Amino acid sequence: MDPYAREEHLACVIARLLDGARHAAIGASSPIPAAGCFLRKIVDPGFRVSLQQRRAANPFTEGSRELFDLAGQGRIDTFFLGGAQIDGSAAINLVRADGKRFPGTFGSAYMYSVIKNTILFREEHSRRALVPKVEFASARGDPKALLTGKALFSWQKDKRRFRLESTHEKGDIRAETGFDFDAPADVPLTPPPTEEELSLLRGPVAKAVAADYPDFAKRVWGIN
Amino acid sequence: MAARAEDLAGLIPDGALLALPPDYSLVAMEVVRALIRKKIKGLRLLGVPILGMSADLLIGAGCVAEVETSAVSLGEAGLAPRFTEAVEKNLIKVKDATCPAVHAGLQASEKGVSYMPVAGIGSSDLMKERKDWVRQGEVVLVPAIKPDVALFHARWADEAGNVWVGRRRELATAAHAAKQTLVTYEEQKAGDMLEDELLAPGVVSSLYVTATAKAPRGAWPLGMPGVYGVDDMHVSQYAKVAKTLEGFQRYLDEWILTPGKSTSPA
Repeated sequence: MDPYAREEHLACVIARLLDGARHAAIGASSPIPAAGCFLRKIVDPGFRVSLQQRRAANPFTEGSRELFDLAGQGRIDTFFLGGAQIDGSAAINLVRADGKRFPGTFGSAYMYSVIKNTILFREEHSRRALVPKVEFASARGDPKALLTGKALFSWQKDKRRFRLESTHEKGDIRAETGFDFDAPADVPLTPPPTEEELSLLRGPVAKAVAADYPDFAKRVWGIN
Repeated sequence: MAARAEDLAGLIPDGALLALPPDYSLVAMEVVRALIRKKIKGLRLLGVPILGMSADLLIGAGCVAEVETSAVSLGEAGLAPRFTEAVEKNLIKVKDATCPAVHAGLQASEKGVSYMPVAGIGSSDLMKERKDWVRQGEVVLVPAIKPDVALFHARWADEAGNVWVGRRRELATAAHAAKQTLVTYEEQKAGDMLEDELLAPGVVSSLYVTATAKAPRGAWPLGMPGVYGVDDMHVSQYAKVAKTLEGFQRYLDEWILTPGKSTSPA
């Protein structure tokens, strides 16, 4: 059995993707990106993390529009987006798919195009989630990366195609992905969390995440 | 006699365009429950800029005809079950939006102009559905949004009719844009908060406030920062039971329709 949780591994991958980032914002319901950002902040104290829905000490004093105003000026360089569907052209769908209704577009239509580094994140890696073409494009843009529960892809802006960078476990990613993508002949495994990363995650990061994502912190770290 | 949440609900007519805040931003839940008890019909909800449990309750109870919002979600508790089913069964109309477009529409009303420009959103498929949004060069012009009523909960109201919402300034924007603003509050403050330099920046002045009513713990099961937190257990229980119509009806009976049980546990 793995000595770490899948969520912990994903948070570590996110923290590594944040190398060089100055200011990340976290939107709705994103505990794993939040954990990755808090982990990065310990390594790089100058890195700023703003949680849109932070319950205490919320950083926005002009209401929820301030996040979008900041992003429009380029004062936020990193944001996370997901989707009920994500397609091979990096479009995301948060509205409807297969006759099912999802919550809605949130700020994605805007954030995806104004933020320099958007990290697409979806835990589920399946043909249902990763499709050839989204039914509805809530937002289109050029992401920095696509991270799923099984793999990490980079985005090739010139070719407008994803490239598989690594898989978290051995397996046939192509069979589980609905869109076509480039891949090296030998796909490496995503490096696992280091002892230091794990100890930070289970200490200060877990505590910080629990303040805004109590259900998540309880499930992953047993924090009440 | 002092006004109650019920009295504020009485000021909201069937079919009103009602602006409501997200679950994280001071929702007047006591009035939402009163609207369900008075069997209001045909509401058009505006999410400022998204909606949560308040909208799900109103939709499930059959009070809503249309929703304009950037999303409806119960956050960590998951999908909003009554919203989801109502849309899938085509029982309500949804005008999908995106957060900065809602803010801009309200800001247009604040300024008394017809449109406000929003950057970045032109490549979204929302453009295919929102015929009222006008592409112009690199920006999209979104029309002014003028709610009939803005409804929210405040930390304090004072003797001068001002209310205090602190950093939740989207509520101020909604109040500035709306024709009427109805506010419940936790506690009454003596005097005039505008005379206090520390409180004044968090005030929505009486200029915009149509009526107020005292409702202690009036945001429950949602939170009032600094006073009480979100009742996460209750919201997540709701998310589970409201997945079925029968479960939702049981929730209504227990927490909203039964006299004396409709207020929050202390």
